[in-house]
Amino acid sequence: MTINIAVCIKQVPNTNQVKIDKKTGTLIRKGIKTICNPDDKNAMEEALKLKDKYDDVKITVISMGPSQATEIIKEALAMGADRGILLSDRKFAGSDTLATSTILATALRKIQEKEGLDIIFCGRQAIDGDTAQVGPQIAQHLDLPIISYVQELKYLGEKVQVKRALENGYMQIEAQIPVVLTTISDLNKPRYPHMRRIFDVFGKNPVIPVETWTADDLPDLDNTQIGLNGSPTRVIKTYTPDRTFKGEILEGETAHVAHILIESLKQKQIL
Amino acid sequence: MTNKQLTNLVDFSEYKGVWIIAEQRFGQVLNVTKELLGEGKKLATSLNCDLTAVILGHKLIDWPADLVRYGADNVIYAEHELLSDYNVDAYSKVLGNLITTRKPEIILFGATSIGRELAPTLSAKLKSGLTADCTALEIDPETLNLLQTRPAFGGNLMATIQCANHRPQMCSVRPGVMKKAKYNNKCDGEPKVEKIIPIITQEELRTKVLKIDTSKSAEIAIEDAKIVVSGGRGLGNAKGFNLLRKLADKLNGCVGSSRACVDNGWISKPYQVGQTGKTVRPKLYIACGISGALQHIAGMEQAECIVAINKDPDAPIFKIADYGIVGDLYEIIPRLIDELDNIDDITEVLDICTESVSASNQM
Repeated sequence: MTINIAVCIKQVPNTNQVKIDKKTGTLIRKGIKTICNPDDKNAMEEALKLKDKYDDVKITVISMGPSQATEIIKEALAMGADRGILLSDRKFAGSDTLATSTILATALRKIQEKEGLDIIFCGRQAIDGDTAQVGPQIAQHLDLPIISYVQELKYLGEKVQVKRALENGYMQIEAQIPVVLTTISDLNKPRYPHMRRIFDVFGKNPVIPVETWTADDLPDLDNTQIGLNGSPTRVIKTYTPDRTFKGEILEGETAHVAHILIESLKQKQIL
Repeated sequence: MTNKQLTNLVDFSEYKGVWIIAEQRFGQVLNVTKELLGEGKKLATSLNCDLTAVILGHKLIDWPADLVRYGADNVIYAEHELLSDYNVDAYSKVLGNLITTRKPEIILFGATSIGRELAPTLSAKLKSGLTADCTALEIDPETLNLLQTRPAFGGNLMATIQCANHRPQMCSVRPGVMKKAKYNNKCDGEPKVEKIIPIITQEELRTKVLKIDTSKSAEIAIEDAKIVVSGGRGLGNAKGFNLLRKLADKLNGCVGSSRACVDNGWISKPYQVGQTGKTVRPKLYIACGISGALQHIAGMEQAECIVAINKDPDAPIFKIADYGIVGDLYEIIPRLIDELDNIDDITEVLDICTESVSASNQM
């Protein structure tokens, strides 16, 4: 029996290099590299580990975004996924997490109805928004159990056993499949794409082309629940954190500076 | 507007009150719950409504009533054997039913690893908006909507978000950011605790918790430390943390780290302070060899006093420091330790100070 796995991934700006236009309070996208979200790569790797271990595993990678997001789907295909789907439509633009999860869940349900889905992997959170909301929301829309913050996974056929990270330890949880799992970086170390597959995927006539689904491909989608207008939350203001110098620089010989610092802290009753 | 959209709009007048979802682990309420109570009270006062704390658990003893002593006007305590430890199916069922029938206007969750699973599950169940990891909340004086501010893009941008056309308005609040509510022993009359016994069966729970291991807890309590001595890339290697630990021990504090050190494998992730690590608001934060990327600053800028030690006089960390020392941390820290050796009773003094402060606050 085929094990059907879906992996949800997102293209994100590399936030280590993010620059904000201080006048407009918006992201300067020019010259910023986009990458596949790091937690999502762990999701992808865990799916591939199952594919390494079992004979009949089919991995479908799915992402919502503009046409440029095809790049990360191709990267996932080059890593070893079997099928790649991009959900792209102007109607999807401006979706908040709830609307995004509604779109993804509708697409996943379409796959589920046709060929079944045993495990849906998502990265725990994306580095642009850091919300960690879309995974659990997808699970709820599909009425599937959710385990997030997965740091260790055992696939046991009818069920999975996972270690779910807590701030100060972990919970060991068992769930029936189908199940939604969100992954963290402790879970594994993502592999690099295969050289041969890179040619297959990125070449002029790709062996595995990326499919694009628009809203028309998702007849079950309720148009009032998606995009900017279908999103319950809305950003009304953005600004860059304002930080101005407030302190003093202590100068002089090291022992003297150390003495001044400790004395000042004592005087202010910090120590 | 289509008819379908109109039916989505709810009658807001039915929605009243501010709720906070208390989080207990092994019967003990987390600190973030006290922070939610402090912030929730502020919002309830602005809206002139009640603050309700909701707690789920089994055989809880003091805590339901203590939530009133921390400022809740009333408490809903859902008690069931299957609510003893967090289980997403059980917790979301009970809370979903409570929210649907009681209709609070605002709900605050702690943005813990558990709250960040429970809250989105509920938002999808209730089809209403949720804002993650808020660091500031206020009521818009005109619309009376909840204004929810949170960092995005690794702390490089702050965004204020509202959920104007849906109720309830839900958000999770980043631990360590808001001020904790104060314990007040002198509440008028009996604390208002409403105990409910929900109907849940083992069969309907699709996940089962086999074991909970929180043995790491004693090791790292960086969020609760009064003093944090934190190291960055400037340490140069993992051994640098030994020196920081020495200083931290002297101060009865805890060691922290920037993301760079965790990425380099010099120290483990639970020590990381910053947007993708922990938020701390200690009395004193000593940043050693930390340049001060926004991502890090987002996690420590609320410290009462910040000391920065860095070789680079242009390091952004100096912009937010109360005291800056430009120099080699390997020369300066040993001197600080020497200096502190002269005041061995420092921690005792500190403890007495804080005790007397909290005592005077309760009078």
